[in-house]
Amino acid sequence: MALLEMANITKTFGGLKAISDVTFSLEKGRIVSIIGPNGAGKTTFFNTLTGIYRPDTGTIKFNGKSLVGLRTDQIAACGIARTFQNIRLFADMTVIENIMVGMHVHLKQSPLQTLLRLPGFNREEKEAEVKALRLMKYVGLNNVENELAKNLPYGAQRRLEIARALAADPQLLLLDEPAAGMNPQETEDIIKLFRDIRDNMGITILLIEHDMRVVMNISEDICVMDYGEKIAQGSPAEIRNNTKVIEAYLGRGAVAGQHEEKLQ
Amino acid sequence: MAATSFKEVFDKLNQGLVGYVVILLHVVAGSYLVYSQPRSNLAFLVFISSLLSLYFFRADNRFKILVGMLLALVIIPVIGVRNIFYLEVIFQISVFAALSLGLNIVVGFTGLLNLGYVAFYAVGAYLWAFFGSQQFYVLNYAPGTQPPDLPFLLPGDAFYLFLLVAVIIAAITGILLGLPVMRLKGDYLAIVTLGFGEVIRVLANNLDKPINLTNGPQGITPIQRPTMPEWVVDLFNSLFGGVIGHEVKLADMYNVMFYFFALLVIIAIIFVTKRLDDSKIGRAWTAVREDEIAAVAQGIPIVRMKLLAFAVGASFAGLMGVLLAASRTFISPESFNFMQSIGVLSMVILGGIGSIPGVILGAAVLTILNLQVLQGFSLYLNDLRQSDAVIPVINFAWKDLSTQLDPAKYQKLLFGLILIIMMIFRPEGLIPAKRRKRDVSMDETK
Repeated sequence: MALLEMANITKTFGGLKAISDVTFSLEKGRIVSIIGPNGAGKTTFFNTLTGIYRPDTGTIKFNGKSLVGLRTDQIAACGIARTFQNIRLFADMTVIENIMVGMHVHLKQSPLQTLLRLPGFNREEKEAEVKALRLMKYVGLNNVENELAKNLPYGAQRRLEIARALAADPQLLLLDEPAAGMNPQETEDIIKLFRDIRDNMGITILLIEHDMRVVMNISEDICVMDYGEKIAQGSPAEIRNNTKVIEAYLGRGAVAGQHEEKLQ
Repeated sequence: MAATSFKEVFDKLNQGLVGYVVILLHVVAGSYLVYSQPRSNLAFLVFISSLLSLYFFRADNRFKILVGMLLALVIIPVIGVRNIFYLEVIFQISVFAALSLGLNIVVGFTGLLNLGYVAFYAVGAYLWAFFGSQQFYVLNYAPGTQPPDLPFLLPGDAFYLFLLVAVIIAAITGILLGLPVMRLKGDYLAIVTLGFGEVIRVLANNLDKPINLTNGPQGITPIQRPTMPEWVVDLFNSLFGGVIGHEVKLADMYNVMFYFFALLVIIAIIFVTKRLDDSKIGRAWTAVREDEIAAVAQGIPIVRMKLLAFAVGASFAGLMGVLLAASRTFISPESFNFMQSIGVLSMVILGGIGSIPGVILGAAVLTILNLQVLQGFSLYLNDLRQSDAVIPVINFAWKDLSTQLDPAKYQKLLFGLILIIMMIFRPEGLIPAKRRKRDVSMDETK
């Protein structure tokens, strides 16, 4: 059984079909990219999957459990964590607190324990702190645990967002343009990080990305969207040579042949 | 730059024994001034600001607690009984500090602008006003027509029970008022909560018909107080009678008692607020404030968290409401008007939104400003006008000062100006909120 199965998902805003009849499934342990021109419906796809939007039609199953109609926080609690296209950190909280917020669903402290500071509470907080610190170092941030998130440089903020998502111990990690605005070195490092997350933490990764270096380098499977429709899915090599994809990116005339260098 | 360098200088000075010396000097000097000049506002300011020294200067925590207890348990009651107005100011500071702390949870921690916060205060006050008075037996009488010599519904000591009941009822009211507005944010939420605040006041004003629940604009009186055993008065007299200089009466003792209740409530509230803030719940509140979408994507149930914030904030106000009703023995809808909500919000913003010591200081500063400084200034100018004093250089006689410029008329203006100046020069508040620094070592796990 696939980890994630989405069938016939449609989402319209007024007259605009943001996603139209998309069927998509994702096997456990894979790294899959969603690409497509601007406005193709990629982020809407993420938002529908995470419950920010409710699909008009279609089914979404995660580990066999239907997600349609669940609230965003319930979906997150099922084991789906995400990052955002334009970084959404808790700007006025410290780095370590940001990561600890990510653990929210796993912390069992009751209000009574909290008020009375029972031993269980202190132990759990201590463990959460240590785990947060370890995650912070894992994504490559050092000695910034007490910095406010807003004071971090851009690249570090991206990493912090990933650490926060990992703190929830997700089974599926959704990354919305994680390499946007990064230089080649940073991009390379973050690709390594994603591989490590998949290989060592066993987390399935689904990412939206515009940077073809990232997409072609890391993806085992690529899903291409255009005008809300899924127009192709396959390995990087297949997608590179797919006529429909080249049309979507470069227009009809481009199919003639010089698409190779553009997509590489 | 000036602020940082001031802080550096202060930190350099604030070392070793300096803290102990300053705190002791300030407390002793303040107490002496207030004791020797029981009518002077200035003396009172010096005295009450010793709490600031106690907070800011570095000293051993046990020393600070000792001095704090000495102040709270001995010095304040004694000088409060010598001049009951001081005790009243301190009581009001406590009431407003509690309200500010409650509103701080909603506005400061969770970022929900609530302009009708005083509604929950009213709920607590009317709760005890109804059950702690004869109101139950005048349900069928129009205000002012009830027969004399009605019994009380409950004994005065039920007050203690109602402290707890008020917490629960106010929290439920908070949730009920919160539920319909949970989808609203920012300005919209502010306007709707403002409406709710007014609804509660208007209800209090008009629920004298068809059943006389609130006695309308006339308000409810007398409201009972918990009983005061004779021996407490005697004990207080024998302990402090000599220092106070006059016989302590039952009425004075009630003021002292309510001061102590307020103090206990404040301590409980600070305790609860701190512990909630530094937990999963507090982090979730702040996360909701910072970015709702990111928060919900981390699995935080935002509606539940917002309702919890509303409920906790409301419960603090409800608690203080009961205390207010009992201490005043009279309440009317006018005590819960819109200006009260704005006043409490100003305290939170002035003190430092989201900062526990900040909002307490904000409550103290604005209460003192309102009750003492501005009124003192008004009285001072009035005195000048009645004297023959003349402003030297420009040769202007004070008695020619137009009555249009009567300070009492622009008290609110001065109040507003001070707020504006504060917001320009220190928008983050008197004591800005700080995130806790965590000292985490990984050694224990590796």
